Amino acid sequence: MVSDAEDNDQVPVIRVRGLDNRFGTDIVHQDLDLDVCRGEILGVVGGSGTGKSVLMRSILGLLRPSGGTIEVFGQRLKDSEDAQQVMSRRAGVLFQDGALFSSLSVLENVELPLKTHRPDLSTQLRRDLARSKIQLSGLSASTSPKMPSELSGGMRKRVALARALALEPELLFLDEPTAGLDPIGAAEFDRLLRTLQRALGLTVFLITHDLDTLYAICDRIAVIADRKILAAGPLGEIEKLDHEWIRNYFHGPRARAARHEQAATG
Amino acid sequence: MSDEAMSARKQSGADAELVREPGREGVLSARGDWTLANVERLSNQVDALTARADQLDASGISRLDASGALLLERLFCRTGQNPTESGLTGQWRTLFEAVDSACDDEREPEPDREPQWRQILGRIGRATVEVSQSTRELMNFMGITVHRLARTVAQPWRLRLTSTVHHMEQTGLDAVPLLILLSGLIGAVVAFLGATVLRDFGAELFVIDLVTFAFVREFGVLLTAVLLAGRTASAFCAQIGMMKSREELDAIRTLGLDEIEVLVLPRLLALLVTLPLLAFIATISGLVGGLVVSVLSLDINLTLFIDRVEQTITLKHYLVGMIKAPIFAVVIALIGCLEGLRVSGTAQSVGEHTTTAVVRSLTMVIVIDALAAVYFMEIGW
Repeated sequence: MVSDAEDNDQVPVIRVRGLDNRFGTDIVHQDLDLDVCRGEILGVVGGSGTGKSVLMRSILGLLRPSGGTIEVFGQRLKDSEDAQQVMSRRAGVLFQDGALFSSLSVLENVELPLKTHRPDLSTQLRRDLARSKIQLSGLSASTSPKMPSELSGGMRKRVALARALALEPELLFLDEPTAGLDPIGAAEFDRLLRTLQRALGLTVFLITHDLDTLYAICDRIAVIADRKILAAGPLGEIEKLDHEWIRNYFHGPRARAARHEQAATG
Repeated sequence: MSDEAMSARKQSGADAELVREPGREGVLSARGDWTLANVERLSNQVDALTARADQLDASGISRLDASGALLLERLFCRTGQNPTESGLTGQWRTLFEAVDSACDDEREPEPDREPQWRQILGRIGRATVEVSQSTRELMNFMGITVHRLARTVAQPWRLRLTSTVHHMEQTGLDAVPLLILLSGLIGAVVAFLGATVLRDFGAELFVIDLVTFAFVREFGVLLTAVLLAGRTASAFCAQIGMMKSREELDAIRTLGLDEIEVLVLPRLLALLVTLPLLAFIATISGLVGGLVVSVLSLDINLTLFIDRVEQTITLKHYLVGMIKAPIFAVVIALIGCLEGLRVSGTAQSVGEHTTTAVVRSLTMVIVIDALAAVYFMEIGW
């Protein structure tokens, strides 16, 4: 939404080219290419240990890739410091279990990015903004004074989402947002993500195992297998591909159920 | 984003502002980027509105984000106008509606603060209750542990031998080099200190008595206990605390095992064995420290030193020192484990309880040592 004049809509928000990641002799990624387009929800899927989180951590600059280039908003990230500087202002991250700071209350957790990057804001305004993000994430304002340890898993994820949205990012990274939630909670969270993504015009990079999430909210799917992005495209195209992992994943009983449910709800 | 890029971005959009339409009574016009970058200024403008306003014209807004939408919502509350008539278009409308439906924007009143003196009294009271509670908890814990220990004695196959030996290595063997260094140095310091005072009386020979008495009766075991209170109580607490926060303790219980038997007894037994041994090592290296200083700088020769030590030490003195070792072992192991079991899940809690474990075991060690010193003096040992 907050599209800068210099950022052409045709230029992908994230552009990864020839990414290599290896730990010792263990090669995780080799010559991996990936584009994330503006305003889409890209679902990244792949078996356990195929390097989905490693890919996200490389883009975020939490991990130094062994080779390749990463461009974000048309800007080449030369080192991880560079990446963290861009990411901390223009991207929000939701880690797997929320990664809330356990010594801070819910409100303080959401206030923290504002405090760090916008020290000029008055305390009252900062609180109001943080509280509005908490409510935007589907929690009531009375959650604010609670400590993270008092919250359920689903609520923790919502608070983490509020914290990720605090600086009005254009880009959102989600690492398994529905893992550990019950099916009803997961469906609600999916809906919330879709609503917020549309309203705020976010570009979303979403790692998931959850087939329901894929069918319900993803615009495009990228499959990681054999150390690279095997395929990226709309769900319909990906499903038809003839690859062993993709066949097993999209044509197993769980996928059929998810597809069926999606067809039923429209 | 760099600061230049940030300022470039601010300039690229129109300046955000809230102005009165000239010529149109009671109409406010919102223009420019209503985004986080401008939110402080806009919020001040919104709050500074005093005169009556009936209508808001939002068609001049070039960019909107959730922060800006929050301010717009505040404005609409004041004008009492239907947001659909404000000229807010397309995508911004969706955004505004999402924010509007989620946020009630009620500022909660700040909670009343208690006066300072009441807060201080409250803290003192709370601390007092906590001390008495934790003492009772420690007593209770000691009782449970003794019960489990008795059961293990009756049914020796219940003892976790591997775990016990592992903890002996960690708390005992691994501490030896550090302990030798520390008590050797303290021995040397005591000898120097004694020499400074006793030289004036020409009684340098009594340095040997001083070092011997100090280490055999007190310092050997006290130094060991202090070292282990810092090194082992904290380790026990952090190990068990992490296990608790990862629900490993619950897993132990659901497997029909007993956490006292599995976690506490091996640690307690390990410390009961190693602490007296370490205390002995500390005593010897303290004497060696004193010996080195005496021989090298006080012109006391080696045989004289050893003769004198032999005359000074009696079994009584040795027992006065050693009898405290198992007591310290129990105190350190129990406090370390108990604080670990009291951890409540968060990383902060692990840190707090580890600190408490060290502070309380140190305090207990020194208090018990002082009481013992008084007692043995009174009975003339």
